[in-house]
Amino acid sequence: MTEMQKLYLLVPLAPLAGAIIAGLFGWAIGRRAAHVVTILGMVVCLAASFLVYRDVMAGNVFNGPVYTWLASGNIRFEIGFLIDPLSATMMMVVSFVSLMVHIYTIGYMADDPGYQRFFSYISLFTFSMLMLVMSNNFLQLFFGWEAVGLVSYLLIGFWYNRPTAIYANLKAFLVNRVGDFGFLLGIALVLMYFGTLDYAAVFANAGRLAANTVELFPGVEWSLITVICILLFIGAMGKSAQFPLHVWLPDSMEGPTPISALIHAATMVTAGIFMVARMSPLFELSEAALSFVLFIGAITAFFMALIATVQYDIKRVVAYSTLSQLGYMTMALGASAYSAAIFHLFTHAFFKAVLFLGAGSVIIAMHHQQDMRKMGGLAKYMPITYLTVLIGAIANAGLPPFAGFFSKETIVEALKHATVPGAGFAYALAVAGVFVGGFYSFRLVFYAFHGKERFADPHDPDVRAADAEAAAAGHHDDHGHDEHDDHHGEAHKPHESPWVVTFPLLMLAIPSVAAGWLIGGFVYGNYFGSSITVNPAHTAMAVMAQNFHGVIGMMSHALGTLPFWLAVAGAATAWFLYIIRPELPGRLRRQWGVAVTILMEKYGLDRFNDWFFAGGARALGTGLWKGGDVALIDNAMVNGSARLVGWFAAVVRHVQSGYIYHYAFAMIIGVLLLLTLAYSG
Amino acid sequence: MQGLPLLSLAIWVPIVAGVAVLFTGGDRNAQAARVVALIGAVLGFAVTVPLYTGFDLLQAGFQFGELKPWIETFNINYHLGIDGISLLLILLNSFTTILVVVAAWEVIQTRVAQYLAAFLVLSGLMNGVFSALDAMLFYVFFEATLIPMFVIIGVWGGPNRVYAAMKFFLYTLLGSLLSLVALIVLYNAAGGSFAFLDLYAVQLPMILQVLVFIAFFMAFAVKVPMWPVHTWLPDAHVEAPTGGSVVLAAIMLKLGGYGFLRLSLPIVPDASLYLAPVVIGLSLIAVVYIGLVALVQTDMKKLIAYSSISHMGFVTLGIFLFNAQGVEGAIIQMISHGFVSGALFLCVGVLYDRMHSRQIADYGGVANRMPVFAALFMLFAMANAGLPGTSGFVGEFLVIMGAVKVNFWYAFAAAITLIFGAAYTLWMYKRVMFGAVANSHVAGLKDINVREFLILGVLAVLVLVMGVWPQPFAEVLHVSVSELLAHVSYSKLPVQ
Repeated sequence: MTEMQKLYLLVPLAPLAGAIIAGLFGWAIGRRAAHVVTILGMVVCLAASFLVYRDVMAGNVFNGPVYTWLASGNIRFEIGFLIDPLSATMMMVVSFVSLMVHIYTIGYMADDPGYQRFFSYISLFTFSMLMLVMSNNFLQLFFGWEAVGLVSYLLIGFWYNRPTAIYANLKAFLVNRVGDFGFLLGIALVLMYFGTLDYAAVFANAGRLAANTVELFPGVEWSLITVICILLFIGAMGKSAQFPLHVWLPDSMEGPTPISALIHAATMVTAGIFMVARMSPLFELSEAALSFVLFIGAITAFFMALIATVQYDIKRVVAYSTLSQLGYMTMALGASAYSAAIFHLFTHAFFKAVLFLGAGSVIIAMHHQQDMRKMGGLAKYMPITYLTVLIGAIANAGLPPFAGFFSKETIVEALKHATVPGAGFAYALAVAGVFVGGFYSFRLVFYAFHGKERFADPHDPDVRAADAEAAAAGHHDDHGHDEHDDHHGEAHKPHESPWVVTFPLLMLAIPSVAAGWLIGGFVYGNYFGSSITVNPAHTAMAVMAQNFHGVIGMMSHALGTLPFWLAVAGAATAWFLYIIRPELPGRLRRQWGVAVTILMEKYGLDRFNDWFFAGGARALGTGLWKGGDVALIDNAMVNGSARLVGWFAAVVRHVQSGYIYHYAFAMIIGVLLLLTLAYSG
Repeated sequence: MQGLPLLSLAIWVPIVAGVAVLFTGGDRNAQAARVVALIGAVLGFAVTVPLYTGFDLLQAGFQFGELKPWIETFNINYHLGIDGISLLLILLNSFTTILVVVAAWEVIQTRVAQYLAAFLVLSGLMNGVFSALDAMLFYVFFEATLIPMFVIIGVWGGPNRVYAAMKFFLYTLLGSLLSLVALIVLYNAAGGSFAFLDLYAVQLPMILQVLVFIAFFMAFAVKVPMWPVHTWLPDAHVEAPTGGSVVLAAIMLKLGGYGFLRLSLPIVPDASLYLAPVVIGLSLIAVVYIGLVALVQTDMKKLIAYSSISHMGFVTLGIFLFNAQGVEGAIIQMISHGFVSGALFLCVGVLYDRMHSRQIADYGGVANRMPVFAALFMLFAMANAGLPGTSGFVGEFLVIMGAVKVNFWYAFAAAITLIFGAAYTLWMYKRVMFGAVANSHVAGLKDINVREFLILGVLAVLVLVMGVWPQPFAEVLHVSVSELLAHVSYSKLPVQ
């Protein structure tokens, strides 16, 4: 093993070691040691990732096995690493954001009795996510895929006494399993037709099988690659929360805020995006699959953004914004703009983590109040949080010169140039979504940080509406978002969070501002090398590369385009509604009652799923049990000979149960002896 | 070690130890009974370890052979030998016996010696099934295993134990009677031999093959159990004491899967191929239908019992795919299911010993009081849901990979277990373990003690090791499975 290969191993194993120590021995080593050891693991992980990244950027791509997991027939299933620009970039993002979240957690979870457990989980998550992105084969990808799902499940349900949390984590796991169902079938088809699960071997032979068809239904021939890609993408729809498998992500906000930032914004939910980019040699062979991806992404990007505009819970606004941004990434994939998708993944990881962690900082200051109706005017009390959230919001809205502008603008442009069927539809929704994104981002900033200090006035109509709603939902005042409801009373002024909270915010805010300037090399240069394949017929990115003349040129060009002004218009609308005329939103909500209800009900999907899938499965199960097992098999068939059973039972009942034993043993020994004596010799 | 008759030891050490335990007398000497039983179980496992270390991975055919005449009139021999398939099952069986003895330590207080003796004898008998190379010897061991289990359920079981024990006994006995007829037919066809190797060479016309197949199928399908002859299992599990459930799920069900592999496939391959779609259909019904039934169970043991049936559906599915992934997946699924379902029944036992209830509704918020237990239970629940990194994934993964080669829709139906398996397992876990402390009984719960921790901890390590590195388990199978598949690929129809 070379020095570099040892480093590869060190990257995932350092967090794993931290997770094991904090998890198994947390009770013995105490809280402080638990965070020290996990953070140390993360520092090692980040440092190693950086060295690996530098090495990869110097041109040293690695692809090789670590050990043989299993051999069956003539197939070897290996655990191995593929370290190329794509995985190295992901390793940097994951380990950096994870380290920041580890530090932040010291402050956020300070009073929580499950402190060590929490650190163990987030380190375990980091390990799983790294194994996912570093994999060189489909099997290990699936391992990491499910492992991050497990940790997500454990963390959403971290406060396992809360009914909403344990509902949300079960829902998240099951909805993801629906995606994984497709994913696993896709992997099975890959193994069947390619005879291997190794990326390099599969991609090398993809072209050869491009013309193959499969007949899943008699008489209907489908392109093999299309079927495989759509099945794999169904997995991505679960993990990356794309419509209609997105329903778990808003509920996942029941988990502690640090993991909302790490898992449900920056890293895990982008696994699907990463996966499709990794599979670009397959997806590029199927127009139909790309169209499907594009369509799903467009629906998600626009319609989830709409929901964000009516939410009051600060975390839910950010959650729906995450869904929308993931939709943008997915659209980019569908338009063959893989580098743009990964670039948006990269910038989004920073600015969305900032937004979540900033929201968390607000939540601490508000004593675990998440309802924005009970906030307002926080900017002067928590300047660092305000500044960083503002940066995150500008980036999220896609305004120059912040990071989100470059990545989002590139995606919208790519959609304009894309030729794949459905690109026009996706472009229209993407452009419309820019306005909505500008609006909800600044709505959050203005509503929570500006205007009247509603938290100090229990008689404010907004506050009273929030209280009435909470009472109706059976929650008490604090909305139940922490184990410890420190009832400091409303009289206390909110104050800035401690440095362990603000330091990560600042560290993440810097790339939220500046990361966009990397676009030249990242998106248009040969940054990804061979890790991404684009079919020469898909010209969008090639055309854009020719038109690209540096970041300044890109910004000045944007000033003359529709998306930029739509984002500005969205922000201005938010300013008008929440700063200039703060009484208007309430009136508008009443006037637009039906539309608001549809959005608050999330288009009725949750209700439908509960009724149709959850209820249906239970009804079917009960029917099969009572009707099949009990009535038909047991009563009609088995106990049809019940008289026989009854007779036996009667005999047995007469015998003292203690003696059955002797009878039985006498029986078996007797039979054996008789046989032996009678026939042997 | 080669000089020792290891297989005979694997069979007779536990049986002799069982008899010795009986001689410790009544419950006043219970502690002596426990110690003797533990020594016997450990010795019983110790003699099987050289089977693994001395196993030749490359050698086809049966190893560690022993041959002595038994009933010469009928050419019935005490003929033992193992291949990779039997090896794993023997190890699993002998290992589980230790766990069962330890699990009973303070829990069983009445007729302790008899209880422990029954398990030891059962363990020896099952090793007999797995190592017999003579069909009549196989049959005797196969039937004999019924008796100790019948006693275990009937004596130490719950309130409805007599019904459950009778149902178990009659179902499985009636199921296997026909196979005796089939064996006699084969004996004649083989020119008067019960040796498996002779039976493997028998050529039979299709109609006779189908009849023999059906006769075997009755015996093994009941044991597995396959839908629709599965309804004895939930009752047996619910009434059985914890140890009984563990052995039933972990080992006894595997007698069925083993029977298919050892008898049905190689002896009547043409009928097996011909009827495979039927068996696959029944297996998939087990996976889907039983998955749904498991979802709505209100009794934890019943839920895990139904989950067992659903998971065993993967075993029969894999076997009848006739490819390496399917068959190896099926065998690995049997081993993993031994660990996971055994562990889950032990977990329910831990709760039952404290609360004397198996009803999910009587629980809630147990994790608050039993955090260590909650962590272990979570691991086993996830393994039951087939999470990668646990043993539960390996077999299901291989079987699905094997199934897609035969028919995409087989894989499709089988993969539904990803959703259903997670749904019924984690929903139960949620209602039992999560939430606020539900009642004063839960509030008074004490976390697991050292003995319970050791049992569950050992199983947890095995579940993880097998999930992360299944190769040591799988590599002993390759030669045996390819030989088995070779048997299936040659028609045994008589040449015209």
